[in-house]
Amino acid sequence: MRCALAVIFVLVSTAALGGSHFPPGHVDRMRGMTPITDEATPPPFVDPDDSSVRRARNYAMQPPVIPHKIDGYQLDTHVNRCMFCHARTRVEDSKAPMISVTHFMNRDGNFLAELSPRQYFCLQCHVPQVPLAPLVESQFVDVDVLLRRAGSPSATLRE
Amino acid sequence: MIALLKRYWQVLRRPSTHYSLGFLTVGGFIGGVLFWGGFNTALELTNTEQFCIGCHEMRDNVYQELQPTIHFTNRSGVRAKCSDCHVPHEWTSKIARKMQASKEVWGKVFGTIDTPEKFEAMRLPLAMNEWRRLKANNSLECRNCHDFPYMDFTRQSPRARDAHSTALARGERTCIDCHVGIAHRLPDLRGLDEMIAVHGVDAVPAVLLGGAAEVAQ
Repeated sequence: MRCALAVIFVLVSTAALGGSHFPPGHVDRMRGMTPITDEATPPPFVDPDDSSVRRARNYAMQPPVIPHKIDGYQLDTHVNRCMFCHARTRVEDSKAPMISVTHFMNRDGNFLAELSPRQYFCLQCHVPQVPLAPLVESQFVDVDVLLRRAGSPSATLRE
Repeated sequence: MIALLKRYWQVLRRPSTHYSLGFLTVGGFIGGVLFWGGFNTALELTNTEQFCIGCHEMRDNVYQELQPTIHFTNRSGVRAKCSDCHVPHEWTSKIARKMQASKEVWGKVFGTIDTPEKFEAMRLPLAMNEWRRLKANNSLECRNCHDFPYMDFTRQSPRARDAHSTALARGERTCIDCHVGIAHRLPDLRGLDEMIAVHGVDAVPAVLLGGAAEVAQ
């Protein structure tokens, strides 16, 4: 009995420890080869895309990404810098896309006269893009491709 | 009073009896150089960053906000210090600004903005002072470094090119019309209407007015 308990204990503890044990050659992609006790040197900054060219959305509900720099843009209780250009009243001057109508809706689906407080912090959904190789290969398949595979006549994306 | 002035005038008119002409001219020249040099050196001393952040009002508020911005931390190591943007470089305007700044001494003595809360409450009128000045002088302090004829649009981002080659080039807009809050945080803009009532709509940067306000003008 005691022997069986000891075996179970060993099995459980190896299982618990084994989870945090990387296989040989495995590297934490964020830290590189730096041991956990040392401080990793952060990678250099990369300039974000500043082309102002709108990108296709990967699916219909995707918040559009920001195709320009937003360095130092103030977004706090006093000021929302994004709205200097993207507000309904500003887009004629700025030629920027207006914030979506959903941003005027409260959670009950009623339209407010201005940007809804729950949509105020733009960067919760919209982010600038940096030209970097992804750490993990993406398995994402555009839904249009799936539609085309299923024989939809309106799907345009090819694999 | 008139008699007193007359007496001094007589003294000034009378030829010197004790000092030689050489002493008076050379001494006057050296004295003038010392005075002028001393005056300008002291004036320049009040233009240094160390002088500005000698007070905690500047050091703990605006100086902290300046540090992460492009005008303080950047790749090329060119830095705009306080006076580069807040004091005109040309001498006459500089003296005028320095005389205005005596009000800031008053503010320091009476603690107008000596806590973060007081500073936050005063932020809009203080920012308004700067916006009004830059609107009135066509963003002169920006243009001391960023000269429009030297801009290469081909090296600018599409957004920058669109704005600079149109409204700015036509003179309809000036730097501060869009580039507000670039070195310090913007204030709570809820009091802007009162500011417009006091200073007029021309003193406010266009980007803060919003499209509707511009249509209404």
